Formats: sequence, structure tokens, C-alpha cells
Amino acid sequence: MSGLSRWAGLGALAIFLAALPQALPNNYYVDVAVLACFNAIICVGLNLLIGYAGQISLGHAGFFGLGAYASAVLVNSYGWPPLLALLAGAAIVGLMAFAIARPVLKLKGHYLAMATLGIGIIISIVINTEAGITGGPDGIAAGPFSIGSFKLAGERDWYWLMAGLLLATVWLATNLVDSPVGRALRALHGSEVGAEVVGVDTARYKVMVFVVSAVIASVAGSLFAHYTPQLTPTKADFFKSIELVTMVVFGGMASTFGAIVGAAFLTMLPQVLTVFEDYEPVILGGIMMGTMIFMPKGLVPTIAALFNRRRP
Amino acid sequence: MLSAFLQFLISGVTVGAIYALCGLGFSIIYNASHVINFAQGEFIMIGAMTAVSLVEAGVPMPLAILLAILVTMAVGVLLEKLAVEPARKASVTTLIIITIGASIFLRGLAQEVWDKNFHKMDPFSGDTPINLFGAVLMPQTLWVLGTALLVILLLAWFFNRTLEGKAMLATSFNPLAAQLMGINTKRVLMLSFGLSAALGAVGGIVITPITFTAYDNGIMLGLKGFSAAVLGGLGNGFGAVAGGLIVGIAEAMAAGYLSSAYKDAVAFVIILLVLVFLPNGLFGRKGTERV
Repeated sequence: MSGLSRWAGLGALAIFLAALPQALPNNYYVDVAVLACFNAIICVGLNLLIGYAGQISLGHAGFFGLGAYASAVLVNSYGWPPLLALLAGAAIVGLMAFAIARPVLKLKGHYLAMATLGIGIIISIVINTEAGITGGPDGIAAGPFSIGSFKLAGERDWYWLMAGLLLATVWLATNLVDSPVGRALRALHGSEVGAEVVGVDTARYKVMVFVVSAVIASVAGSLFAHYTPQLTPTKADFFKSIELVTMVVFGGMASTFGAIVGAAFLTMLPQVLTVFEDYEPVILGGIMMGTMIFMPKGLVPTIAALFNRRRP
Repeated sequence: MLSAFLQFLISGVTVGAIYALCGLGFSIIYNASHVINFAQGEFIMIGAMTAVSLVEAGVPMPLAILLAILVTMAVGVLLEKLAVEPARKASVTTLIIITIGASIFLRGLAQEVWDKNFHKMDPFSGDTPINLFGAVLMPQTLWVLGTALLVILLLAWFFNRTLEGKAMLATSFNPLAAQLMGINTKRVLMLSFGLSAALGAVGGIVITPITFTAYDNGIMLGLKGFSAAVLGGLGNGFGAVAGGLIVGIAEAMAAGYLSSAYKDAVAFVIILLVLVFLPNGLFGRKGTERV
């Protein structure tokens, strides 16, 4: 993506996000939009890892959960100001991701999938078990998000915060992708040995992008802890990790805007499917299989390819 | 002291045998196609649930078990035909999502076909416990171990002595060369899913009198089976069996001596340690990458 079209994409997203609330009739829809923003932020970060660096993570909900619980516990039990707790959570997750990244990212393919899956499940089991700190399966409440005397209240306030944050994350991600780092990452995705031969320090870049995506998930988690009335361990479990990966792959790997579309679509889907209640897992599983079989590149790149073919 | 240890060992080897069968299922499909089938756990659940409901409907147990295995095999073959084969050329990540989608789909379907309750099945030959150096051994445990051993021996015979088995092994080493030698690799792929489904079903059925079963039973069993396969080195049959037993025993010991709450974490802690220090598993071949 050239510099110009990047700004055009960012501008279009900004206009869309600014106009969206006008079209939402009530707070229920705003709530869905806020949840979509949360997922989109994590997915844009995760896409850097999966789509650009070609490294899968089946445990990203673990980082989201760690950030969320760091905030909830520090604010609720220790009385920290929310912003400080958020930063502390991000620092903890960043350090942890940094520590595990080197040994884990040496692995490839299915072994990497297994390792990240294991990390995610261990985090989720610890959150479920240490009920004295985390509230266990019942969950914990972090209270409203406030900075000094300013308090975020209501879905619309949250919408503006999360939409702004989404824009910032997209700006960061597209910047990274267009920088020499991004080129190195794509080289790495193409062929790791090839990239090493031409002098790319592949280990360093993989670790970096792993840490960045983990910290983005953690920050989103910290804010989510304040947004949700009661934070429960399901937000950190294996299925949440799968959901996140599915969003990225469904929208389109190596496409930042694809990640946003994937996140938005799969956040809305269960809301629509509540009509079918019991059949929700069947439909969700069917959609996951169907899109991957018929559009293995994901939604946005497939549609983009269609357009390009018609307009040579 | 000794009796407690022995008790933990017995329960560890019992679940370990199921993990081993599940891990073998992962390995067989991986060898035939380099696909990790995340729906392997659902085979365990489908086998067990079908057997239970047939027995409840009055079908004699041996027949019910046979039918349940056939039903599960049919599900496995359908999964391969409808979901995996059309995406043969897709990337690892895409295939992972497809099989995860399949597992969510099958679990959802099971929830509709049956219900969300726990189901139990009577032990195959009574429940008079056998006393073994102060530890209690249930007759069903012997069924589990005996069945697992028999299945493993049958598999070894199948892969080493039959043409069909050798064709599968050849495909796992080099699909193109195998195809050039006249092996129908598509058939091998289908066969591998049928075989893995049968393995899952057998494991699920024999363990049900001990652990009960429910529509969501396959998730953890499947993930542990995957750990077993990775622990032993993906694609290595002997490794999958050893991995299954190691995971099962470690889990039972941790539950007995440390904390039962962290029982489920044990498999994943072991796997992380092994992957960090032995990136190809305990018995895996060392990988090389072609540029």
C-alpha cells in the first residue's frame, strides 16, 4: 500500500466511524459497535502477527485476559487509578510476551500453534482457579473507567473512546507495515531462511511483532474490564482465542482493513443468530468452514481481487 | 503410601491410553495430509454418545458399539470429503480454522441431536473392584487397557504388513512419489480420516463407563490428544502412544499430589517445556526447511 492510499483508507475509516453513531437507533446497537471496536483493535494487532509475519497464535485471548484481569484486580482490590492499572497491565503483558517470544517463536507451523494454545489455556486455567484474587468463574467487576474526576459513562462515550483508539491502532499498524520493519516481516512470511540470508534478523522482528500484538490485546483487555459490568474468565479462554483468529482469517490475512471487517462481521453475527438460539454453534462452525473453503484468502482480499479483475 | 501411588498410576495409565488413541488419530491424519484435525476430540464424543443412546434404546451392547464406531467413521469420512479435500491446497492456518470450525459445528449438532446432560454407560463386565496391593482396580480399567493395546497392535500390523497400510506410510513420506507409484492418495486421505474417527470412537466408548460423556467432552480430550501427539513428535505413532501415557500419568500424579484444580494445566506445561527444549517433540525427526 502506498503512502497516499494509506491516508485515504485511514480517512475513509475515520469518516465511517464518525458517521456510524447517527445510524444506530439505540444503545443496544451502540453496544454492539463498541464490542466490534474492541475486537477490531485486537485483530488489527493480531493480524500483524498472523497476516504479515505469518506466525499463528492460538492463545491471544490469554493476553487480552491478562490485561483485563490486571486492571480489574489492581483497581478493584488495590484501589489503583484505572489508567495506571492499564499501563501496569500492558507492561506486565509486554514483558511476559517478550520473555516467552524467543523460545516459542523458534517453533514452526503446528508446533507453534500448540505452544501458543498451551500458553493461552494455562493463563485461562490460572484465572479460573485463583478465585481468591480473580473471583474465579463468577468474575470480578472493575468499575467505571475514570481519569482524575472525568468518568466515562454510557455506551456513546465508550464508542468515541474505542473508535478513536481503533483509528490510532490502524495508524500504528499501517505505519509499521509500510516501514522497513513491515518489509522485513513480509520477507519473513515469504521465506524465513531467504530473509535471513539477505540479512534480516528474523528472530528480532518476530519477537517485536509478537510483543506489539500482545500489548495491543492487553490494552484492549484493560479497557474491556471497565466496559463490561462483570469480567469473567470466558473472555480469556480457548474459544475467545479461536474467535479472534477466525476474525482475522475471515476478514483477510495481511489486510488491516480485512481484520476490521472480520471483527465487525463476527461480532454482529451472534447478535443476528440469537434468533436461531440453539443452532448458533452449528451456523458459526458452518460459516467458519465455508469461508475458508471458498475464500481461503478471506473476505476483503477476495472482493478486492474481483474488483481488480473487472477493472484491469 | 505405595497404594496411593499405585492408585494414581492406574488412573493415569487409563486416561493416558485414551490420550494415546486420540494422539494416534492426530498422527495418522497428519501423516496422510499434514492437516491437524482439531475435530479429533469430537470423534471421541460422537462415538461415546452414539453408543450410549443406542444402548439406552435397547440395542445389545456389542452391536451398539459396532454401530457407534461405524457412525463415527462415516462422520470422519464426510468431514474429509466435504471440508478438508476441497481446501487441500490451503495454508496451515486456513486448515486449522476449517477443522476448528468443524469441531464447533459437530459439537453444536451433538447438542441438538442429544442434549447438554451427562450420560453414563454400564461397565462391560460388572463393577466388582479388584484389589491390587491396596489399590482399587475396576474391571473397566482392564477393558480400556486391553482395548488400547489391541488397537495399537492392530495398527502396527496394518501399517507394516498390509498393502493399504504401506500405501498410507508411503504417502506420508512423499505424496508425489507415492502417487507416481500408483497409490491413490485421495483414497489414503479418506482412509486416514475413517481410521482416526474409528480410533476416537473406540477410545470414547471404552472410557465412558469410567468418566461419563457429554456433548462438550471432546474439547479437552482432543486438546490433550494433540499434546500427546506433539509431545511424541507429530506423525510418530510410537511417540503418540508414549506421549499419551506420559501426559496421562503426569496429570494423575499432579492431581493426586499437588492440586486437582491444576490437573488440566499439566499437559500444557509439559508440552511447553518439551517444545522449548526439544522443538521436534521427544521422538520427532529433525526438520529441515527448503528455500
